[in-house]
Amino acid sequence: MNIVELERVEKRYREVHALRGVDLYLRQGEVLGLFGHNGAGKTTAIKLMLGVIQASAGEVRVFGRRPDTANARGLRRQIGFLPENVSFYDQLTGQEVLGYFARLKGVSRHHSLRILEQVGLGHAGQRRIKTYSKGMRQRLGLAQALLGEPKLLLLDEPTVGLDPIATRDFYQHLALLKQQGCTVILCSHVLPGVEKYIDRAMILGQGEALAEGSLEQLRQQAALPMTLTLQGAPVSLPAPWVDYAQAGGDGLRLRIPIGQKMACLRQLTHLPGVTDIDMQLPSLEDLYSHFIQHAASDRRHLMEEC
Amino acid sequence: MTILLAICQKEFKDGLRNRWIVAISLIFALLAIGLAYFGSAAAGRVGFSSLPTTIISLASLAVFIIPLIALMLSYDSLVGEDENGTLLLLLSYPLSRWQLVLGKMLGHGLILALSTLLGFGAAALVMGLFSDTTGWAALIPAFALFILSAILLGWIFIAFAYVISAVVTEKSRAAGLSLFLWFLFVLVFDLGLLGLLVGTKGKVDAQLFPYLLLLNPTDIFRLVNISYFAQDQLSGLMAIAQHVRLGTGALLITLTGWLLLPILLSLWLFNRREL
Repeated sequence: MNIVELERVEKRYREVHALRGVDLYLRQGEVLGLFGHNGAGKTTAIKLMLGVIQASAGEVRVFGRRPDTANARGLRRQIGFLPENVSFYDQLTGQEVLGYFARLKGVSRHHSLRILEQVGLGHAGQRRIKTYSKGMRQRLGLAQALLGEPKLLLLDEPTVGLDPIATRDFYQHLALLKQQGCTVILCSHVLPGVEKYIDRAMILGQGEALAEGSLEQLRQQAALPMTLTLQGAPVSLPAPWVDYAQAGGDGLRLRIPIGQKMACLRQLTHLPGVTDIDMQLPSLEDLYSHFIQHAASDRRHLMEEC
Repeated sequence: MTILLAICQKEFKDGLRNRWIVAISLIFALLAIGLAYFGSAAAGRVGFSSLPTTIISLASLAVFIIPLIALMLSYDSLVGEDENGTLLLLLSYPLSRWQLVLGKMLGHGLILALSTLLGFGAAALVMGLFSDTTGWAALIPAFALFILSAILLGWIFIAFAYVISAVVTEKSRAAGLSLFLWFLFVLVFDLGLLGLLVGTKGKVDAQLFPYLLLLNPTDIFRLVNISYFAQDQLSGLMAIAQHVRLGTGALLITLTGWLLLPILLSLWLFNRREL
C-alpha cells in the first residue's frame, strides 16, 4: 500500500501558484528527499499531507485516506512532523514542552521522557527553553516529531543547527526507524551528506516536479559526465579519451559520459605510468543544480518564443 | 476534554512563569486599596471612603484598566503561535481548531479571573479589617458583584483579543488593532453618545436612549456596579442610565451575551484562517 499519494495536486494561494500538478507515491519504509529552493513548494506539499490545508485540485491521500477531513484526525497520531522554523515556549522547560505535546498526542509522560533521553536532552530536561542553544531546540523539535512511534515522518530541514556528530546521530536514528518500517520525507536545501540516507529524491522548482527517482535514475536522466582523476607520470592518452581531458590541479582529469565508464577504465588501467585512478559520479548537488538550471533555461526559451 | 485541559493548563503555567498573575493581582490590589483609602483626599480627608463611593470610583477606573490588561494578555494568543511556528505544529496534532482556541481562551480566562479575585479580594479584605465605617455584611456582596462583573468584563475583552488574533497575520498589527478597539469601547463610544445628546439638544427618545448603553460592554459593567447603589448621586452618562429598567441579573446576562458573541466569532474566523 502507498503511504502517501499525491495525484496531479495543485495549490493556489491568492497570488501564488504554489504547486502545479505534482504526482508523488511513497511506499512503506521508503525515505524520500524533497529538494528545492525556498518557495519551490516543499512546505506546501508537506502541509497538504498533514491535512492542514486543502488542495485546489487533485487528490491527496495519506494512509489511503484524505488527510483534511475531520474523521482523518486520528491518523495524525501516526504522523510525526518537524516544522522548518519553530521556536517553542521559552518560559517552559524541555520536559514540560515535550510533556505538553505528548498529552496532545495521547502519549504517556514516561514515553516522552524516554524520547528526550534518546535525542540527548535528558540532562537539560529541567531547564527552561530560553537557555537552549539552536541545536538543542532543533533536537527538541525532533523529539516531539518522534512521539508515539509515528509511521510517517515529515521533516522540514531536520539538520539545521545540528553539529556534525548530532547530524550523524540523527541519520543513524533515521536508518533505524526505516528498518522498523517508518516512511520518511526529508525536506531540505542542504544537500551534502544526505544522499546516503535517501531511497529516492524529488526536485521541486516553482511548484513543479522537475525530476523524481532514485539517484541512479536521476543520473541517467541528467546524463551528466562522471569525472576520472589520473595520478602518475605524465601519460599520453589514446585517441578517443584525449578529447575529454582537462588540466586539473592535481593529476589529469577526464570528464566522460557515464555509459563509457568500463570501456575507459579498461584502457586506462593498462597505460604505463598511471599509479592511481579516482572515480567520481555526479553528486546529488550536481544533479540538483543541473535540473534547476535546466528548468530555468526552458522557461527562458518559452519566454523568448512568446 | 483531555486536550482542552492540556492546552488550558499549559497556557496557565505560561501565565505563572511570565509573572502575569502576580503583576495583574498587584495592580488590582494597589488600585483598589489606594482608591478606598485616598479616594476622599480631594475633599481634605484621608481614610477609608464609604463603600458606595469606593465601588463606584473603582468601577470607573477598572473600566479603563481591565480591558487594557485583557487585551495585552491575549492579543498575540494565536498570531504569536503562528509567528513562532507552533501553530502549524499544533494543528498537525490530532486536535481540532476549536479545541485549540477554546483551550487557550480557558487558560487566559483562568489567569485573569484568578488575578481579579486575588487583587480585588485582597482590597476587600483590607477594607473589611481596617475601615471603621464599613461592615462585612455590606462589604461582601458589593465586592462579590464587583469582582464577578470585573471577571466578565475581562473575559469579554480576552475574547475580543482572540477575534483580532484569529484574523491578523502579524503580531504588531494585532497590538495596534487591540489598542484601537480599547479606544473605541472605552472612550469613543461614550463621547459619541454624549455628542448625540448635545447635538440633538436632548430631543432623543428618553425611553430608548439609555438602552444604547447596552451596546457597549464597558458601560454595562459600570451600570451593574452603579445600579447596586442606585440611590447615590450619579453624574455624566451614567445619570441617564437610571432610566434603564434592567435589574442586576438582566445586566449580567447581557454581559454574558457580550462574551459569547466574540467567542463564537473568533472560532468561526480561526476556522477560516489560511496557514
